[in-house]
Amino acid sequence: MRLILISMMILFFSGLCSFFTGRNPRFANIVGAGGTVLGCLVGLVPAAIVLWTGQTMAIHRPWQVPFGSFSLQIDALSAFFLFTILILSAVAAIYGNTYLWEYRKRKNLGASWLFFNILVASMILVVISHNGMLFLMAWEIMSLASFFLVTFEDEDENVRRAGWIYLVATHIGTAFLFVLFILLAHKGPSLDFDHFISSGLNGTSMAGLAFLLSVIGFGTKAGFVPFHVWLPEAHPAAPSHVSAVMSGVMIKTGIYGLLRTLTFLGQPEPWWGWLLIAIGLGSGILGVLFALAQHDLKRLLAYHSVENIGIITLGLGLGVLGLSLNQPVLAVLGFGGCLLHVLNHAFFKGLLFLGAGAVLHATGVRNMEQLGGLMRQMPWTGTLFLIGSFAICGLPPLNGFVSEFLIYVGAFMGTGLSGVSLSSIGIITGLAAIGGLAAACFTKAFGIVFLGEPRHTPALLGHEIGWGMRIPMMLLAFGCLAIGFFAPTVISAMAPVIGNVTGLLKIDIDTHLAVVTVPLQRVTALSCIFILILGFLIYLRRHLLSDRTPAQCNTWDCGFVGPTARMQYTASSYAQPITSMFGFFLQTHRKIHTPEGLFPAKASLHTHTDDVFLRGLFLPLFRGIERILLPLHRLQQGRVQIYILYVAVTILALLIWNLR
Amino acid sequence: MQTISILHPLTALILSPLLPGIINRTKAFFAGRKGQPLLQTYYDLARLFQKTPVYSQTTSWIFRAGPLAGLASAITALLVLPIGGGAAMFNFTGDLIFLIYLLGVMRFFTVLAALDTGSAFEGMGASREVQFSVLAEPALLLSLLAMGEIGEIALPAGIQETLPHLSLSGIYTSLSFSAWMHSGTVLLLAASALLIVLLTENSRIPVDDPTTHLELTMIHEVMVLDHSGPDLAMILYGAAIKLWIFSALLAGVLIPVRSGNFLLDGAATLGGIFLLAIVIGVIESSMARLRLLRIPQLLSGAGVLAILALVLVLRG
Repeated sequence: MRLILISMMILFFSGLCSFFTGRNPRFANIVGAGGTVLGCLVGLVPAAIVLWTGQTMAIHRPWQVPFGSFSLQIDALSAFFLFTILILSAVAAIYGNTYLWEYRKRKNLGASWLFFNILVASMILVVISHNGMLFLMAWEIMSLASFFLVTFEDEDENVRRAGWIYLVATHIGTAFLFVLFILLAHKGPSLDFDHFISSGLNGTSMAGLAFLLSVIGFGTKAGFVPFHVWLPEAHPAAPSHVSAVMSGVMIKTGIYGLLRTLTFLGQPEPWWGWLLIAIGLGSGILGVLFALAQHDLKRLLAYHSVENIGIITLGLGLGVLGLSLNQPVLAVLGFGGCLLHVLNHAFFKGLLFLGAGAVLHATGVRNMEQLGGLMRQMPWTGTLFLIGSFAICGLPPLNGFVSEFLIYVGAFMGTGLSGVSLSSIGIITGLAAIGGLAAACFTKAFGIVFLGEPRHTPALLGHEIGWGMRIPMMLLAFGCLAIGFFAPTVISAMAPVIGNVTGLLKIDIDTHLAVVTVPLQRVTALSCIFILILGFLIYLRRHLLSDRTPAQCNTWDCGFVGPTARMQYTASSYAQPITSMFGFFLQTHRKIHTPEGLFPAKASLHTHTDDVFLRGLFLPLFRGIERILLPLHRLQQGRVQIYILYVAVTILALLIWNLR
Repeated sequence: MQTISILHPLTALILSPLLPGIINRTKAFFAGRKGQPLLQTYYDLARLFQKTPVYSQTTSWIFRAGPLAGLASAITALLVLPIGGGAAMFNFTGDLIFLIYLLGVMRFFTVLAALDTGSAFEGMGASREVQFSVLAEPALLLSLLAMGEIGEIALPAGIQETLPHLSLSGIYTSLSFSAWMHSGTVLLLAASALLIVLLTENSRIPVDDPTTHLELTMIHEVMVLDHSGPDLAMILYGAAIKLWIFSALLAGVLIPVRSGNFLLDGAATLGGIFLLAIVIGVIESSMARLRLLRIPQLLSGAGVLAILALVLVLRG
């Protein structure tokens, strides 16, 4: 337990040290990144111990802050999230060390490292704090640190706007959490989590209210539709290693919060599960649809985080439904799939964001319509990005398939049970559709950016990234492969975490997990056979071609001899059939100048897909609030005397109120 | 794992190139032509394997890997495919997901190889391929699931323990003519959905036209326009195996002979597969291709049929 405190200390002080040596970018960079890696490695030790032994570590100390004590606790659930956070943060820090280097002239790298390290430390604190007050403090530090990271390039107006939307969204979410914790604590003596469990919300209608509050509060951080509006703004704005950490692990603290709250609320009710499944379906399908409509590579990835949070929520909903209807097998598979997808998404989304960062680093362009053919200049990045794309589409044998398989099998088990059938059909249909759409989206992202011919000059100038950025990506790709091929072992190792959430006995969990571990062993065997067959075919092809020299020529364009790069299919045209099929949801804006006359001179087409919820829901809402509050402007005179008068009047009013 | 079940993949590997031949002969019969030999695909494959490929300067290793990965996943998919009443080599809970996702792997690589050429034609074909798969995948999964739920009801007591519930082998062993007697509606709905998915996934009329290589309506054929030599042979072979897989799935429902005799059951399904090839030929001869914009409606229809089948069996 002491190690985790040391880890946070290392993170904080290396950040500070980096900040004060910001004048010397080389030193600041090494201290910042080195501190993160060291801190994360130290922190991994207690996480690994807890996951391995299944024993809980805790510290309780009295402190000055009201409502409870300074308590930290690492149980299996915390350790699992801790593990995910620390691994991805360490890898992202190694990458950031090289990535930030080109900003050394314009920016203070020390400041960026300070906030990065504070962000990592606060995420650690969020998942281990065992007291509501401490949790909210860590939560707020996490939000602020990430705000400063998002606004790293604050000279850009879009970045400032993104930062602002993020700041507003995260604080609205936090407001709901305040209410949630007050509600949880209103019977107990303190905000310690131990008291929440025994606070007696179990079974009352208050429990339902608390659940709703936590769905909104934590859902804003996690990115549930419609509270996801900040994600597609903030993630593209941040530097790529920060996007990887925010998308890979920071939004998962929302899922952690939801899981933790569920353990306080006792036996859940069926409608909680239904609500979560509905949210999961909405987030999953809308997330991937909006991703398809994007031109900006990082924005596309950000929308995919919404989609993956949707998949995670489908598993969560299935698990909650299983708990409420006393179907332990559904609970185990649902929560198992949910938790494993948290880990998987951290790996492949981290990898993809780092890959997108590499493209940005090499070409300076995020717009896919200008890229193309990067596979030739950047074979490493291309191959690693391909592994990430393959994993995120949930294709076997990589890790994305494993977690989706768990949720699928859970849903299969649910068909035919009363109260679950409809949800199961929804989950199965939804997952299959999401799988198809994700494949469409990532063939687009990878195919347009890395394959074909460069569409614009920047893509021609692209160069391969150095080892400093390549190795972190290779580590994450290795993680994707390892979880895919050792799936049965990974699943069995997660039994204590599932036990922590569901409250089931270990022996029960093991029996229910056997439903999927045996099939997953077969899947692994089949994957190995697949690779053997592939190897044989490669050998066959090589053997056949050994005495022939393949000819080279242009791409066959139906007899046209001079195809140019501009004649290629674009990202928008590739996605157009699907985006127009779902045009009702997407509301894409089009500006068309059609060719006119016998000798048309100019024609153009601009498409842009705004976030429907931002434009249709939140902007009008906030504008309405602004209009209502506008008269209050009259109170603001800008003179200090008047404000002192306000203060005096308020104190007087309060005194009179007290006399009453 | 039964040793005899290795015969299934072997049969498929040997006989699958026959299916395009049968379809083409049927079409020729309807058109009043003599038609190409039944074994034409075998001749094509043998010829193509001997040819030297031509590669576009635009392409990278992805283009060369596409056909290899596609064929490898099609062959792997055969290992979970049951034929007749016999179980597949590998059967486990949820292997239908694995099968569908393996076909997804095949599609993923075919699409990427098409995009690698930088040709607008192939991009267009790839774009349509992924669009239709979005609708076809759920329909396939749900119709298989509906059939699985019937099997659970119709199953004689002894069999359930040997094969995992909700695996392809489990689903197909428990189907029988008596299942058609008591829940024929569900099976009919599921089979119709399967037929539509079969026609879509194998780029057949009314969705796609495999005979016209260079029209803007093309989907699958246009994606493989740039492949040549052994690469094209692997694609053709992979497509034949894919057609075999879907035909076996459909024939297993339509002609569920479950006598317990391995040879009889297998022969019935094989007969069903070849019969289906003739049916596809008849459909191709008697129908025109749908307008491209209508295809999503057809596929959504398949999805609705599958959901209806599932709801009926769960209610019933």
